[in-house]
Amino acid sequence: MKIEVHHVTRVEGHGDIVVDTENGEIKECRFEVVEAPRFFEAFVRGRPYYELSHITSRICGICAVGHATASLQATEKALGVELSEQTVLLRKLMFHGEMIDSHVLHTYYLVAPDFLGVGSVIPLASSHPAVVERALRIKKLSGDVCAMVGGRHTHPVAMAVGGFTHLPSEVELRAMRARFVDARVDMDESIALFGTLPWPEFERETEYVSLKKDDEYALIDGTIVSSDGFSYPIEDYRKVTNETCVPFSTAKWTHHNRDSYMVGALARFNNNYDQLHPRAQEAAAKLGMKPLVTNTFLNSAAQAIEMVHCIEDSIEIMDELLTRGIKPETPPEVDVRAGEGVGACDVPRGILFHHYVYDENGICTDANCIIPTGQNMANLNADMKALVPQVLDRSQDEIRLLLEMLVRAYDPCISCSAHFLNVEFV
Amino acid sequence: MSETPSNGRPKIAFFDFASCEGCQLTVVDSLQTHLDLLNAVEIVQFREAMTEKGEDYQIAFIEGSCTREADEARLLEIREQADVVVALGACAHLGGVNALKNLHPLEDTRRWVYGDKADWYGTYEARPIGAVIEVDLAIPGCPIDREEFVRVVKAVLIGKTPPIPDYPVCVECKLKENVCLFDIGKFCLGPVVRAGCDAICPTYGDGCEGCRGFIPHPNQNAMKDVLAKAGLTVEEVMSRMTMFNTYQLQEQLVEEEGR
Repeated sequence: MKIEVHHVTRVEGHGDIVVDTENGEIKECRFEVVEAPRFFEAFVRGRPYYELSHITSRICGICAVGHATASLQATEKALGVELSEQTVLLRKLMFHGEMIDSHVLHTYYLVAPDFLGVGSVIPLASSHPAVVERALRIKKLSGDVCAMVGGRHTHPVAMAVGGFTHLPSEVELRAMRARFVDARVDMDESIALFGTLPWPEFERETEYVSLKKDDEYALIDGTIVSSDGFSYPIEDYRKVTNETCVPFSTAKWTHHNRDSYMVGALARFNNNYDQLHPRAQEAAAKLGMKPLVTNTFLNSAAQAIEMVHCIEDSIEIMDELLTRGIKPETPPEVDVRAGEGVGACDVPRGILFHHYVYDENGICTDANCIIPTGQNMANLNADMKALVPQVLDRSQDEIRLLLEMLVRAYDPCISCSAHFLNVEFV
Repeated sequence: MSETPSNGRPKIAFFDFASCEGCQLTVVDSLQTHLDLLNAVEIVQFREAMTEKGEDYQIAFIEGSCTREADEARLLEIREQADVVVALGACAHLGGVNALKNLHPLEDTRRWVYGDKADWYGTYEARPIGAVIEVDLAIPGCPIDREEFVRVVKAVLIGKTPPIPDYPVCVECKLKENVCLFDIGKFCLGPVVRAGCDAICPTYGDGCEGCRGFIPHPNQNAMKDVLAKAGLTVEEVMSRMTMFNTYQLQEQLVEEEGR
């Protein structure tokens, strides 16, 4: 049997599935990344420090805020820039906006059609109008909160080194807070919907890697932890990622304690469940999920749980901002100097690293960025190799759909993965 | 799309090359406020958002730059099929940030990223799709503006030329009554860059970086003088000019040298 899916649909970027079996034996089984590489880390060399976050947000239209946040963090560490509490809160709020935006896109627009037997969200507009209207409403809310803080979600404008070049007004914040409170109804209905979906059965325990913080569900900064008991400061990210080139993928592969590891919502859920907002933990209970969850397909369910968390935490952040009052701050003057810094964020698809070196004029001389989807590639391939023998008795169409669903479960951001790769780092 | 008959609606398709797919996401987001667009067109191909795949499209929207020879054939096929080809966003329209790699020797860039495995992955200088195939119109921006996208689709559907502004960002910025960023010690390419973005960057406190490309006959030298006078070094001026427009500036240089 031969299955070849050229350009898997409803994922971000270009990837192919290749499976070849003979008499029940797997001859070939892999996911190929055929995306055109873009060489960001080569061409940011020579650019001034204040451009880096604006250039690297262009790695990805879905996680532009995540790239900008990790990028700014790396630059700020390199140049010794301190952030005000207000800036930290506003960055978190934008980050949550993007998390919700990305998760609603993935769970509703890209994954749900598989369960409802259609090829896209478009026919659902007539067959399941309430579902589509809810998805559009959540998507609009998440885009609007990003726009309120940073001008827009895809390629945020106001996020600058050390702060923001524009601030939301308290009137805007109050109105946005009210919409987030109203969104609880949509969250309840989302969890109810995802509770009814027949998630495929497939268990394969792996190493789960995420950020961790003492005082909150870690999304921006923290330490790197693995479910195998390892812990590293983010500056030591290379001890986790160990990148290698593979000939059939413009995205590099990574491995740590085992042959592969997994990053993303499920890894965060498994490692940091205790720090989820109580309402998110309730949502998890409704979905019957508690760590350790080892069914990869449930990564999408973990994303739904994280949406609940981000809605609730955003409300708390906006409450705090309103209590403190918005102060008319501008980004601080940067004392330009030579330096090196690493930024790390747990973006929608998992842990993301940006690492820059600047010369004494603040010009970037070296850069490295490691993308979540690249880190998931080896694990996805291991899942495929484990899944195929279990389902060989099914029809070819069923196997193809199941493999596509497995790829989608990772929510791969392939254009990201092939955009910013580095072999050698001085 | 088998559920909904075409009813003579034009068939449209979306394609992407080297890009972040942010413009296609903006298209998806335009449905939040313009869901009725789906009644006016039939989408037959949109890999990022749907599984169905039809090849009988009349209008093709292409996001992304061409960055390898292997992708040229696909572009030519699209041109062959489509009556109207629209470049979607800065990467397709200008080359955008992808063309920043053209400022470095190609071999150096490849080795830098893939080391001794560089030969495994093909690439050449990034270029706008207009450098490979004829493009009928472009929706500028990084990313595109949601409302402008809707305006362009409407215009194309009734056979009109879409109203893409050829005046500078300053016009829209003034209409928004923004304080000029030069007056508060910041830098902006607004005087020479095409409007249509509603001056979003200056409005949010950050100078224009040129993602929509230059206006016709921009006075680049005067712009450079203004930036230098405001305190930018020559390198910083060139940095700002090249962020999205490297391909145009390099082509311009070639043209000037040829003269």
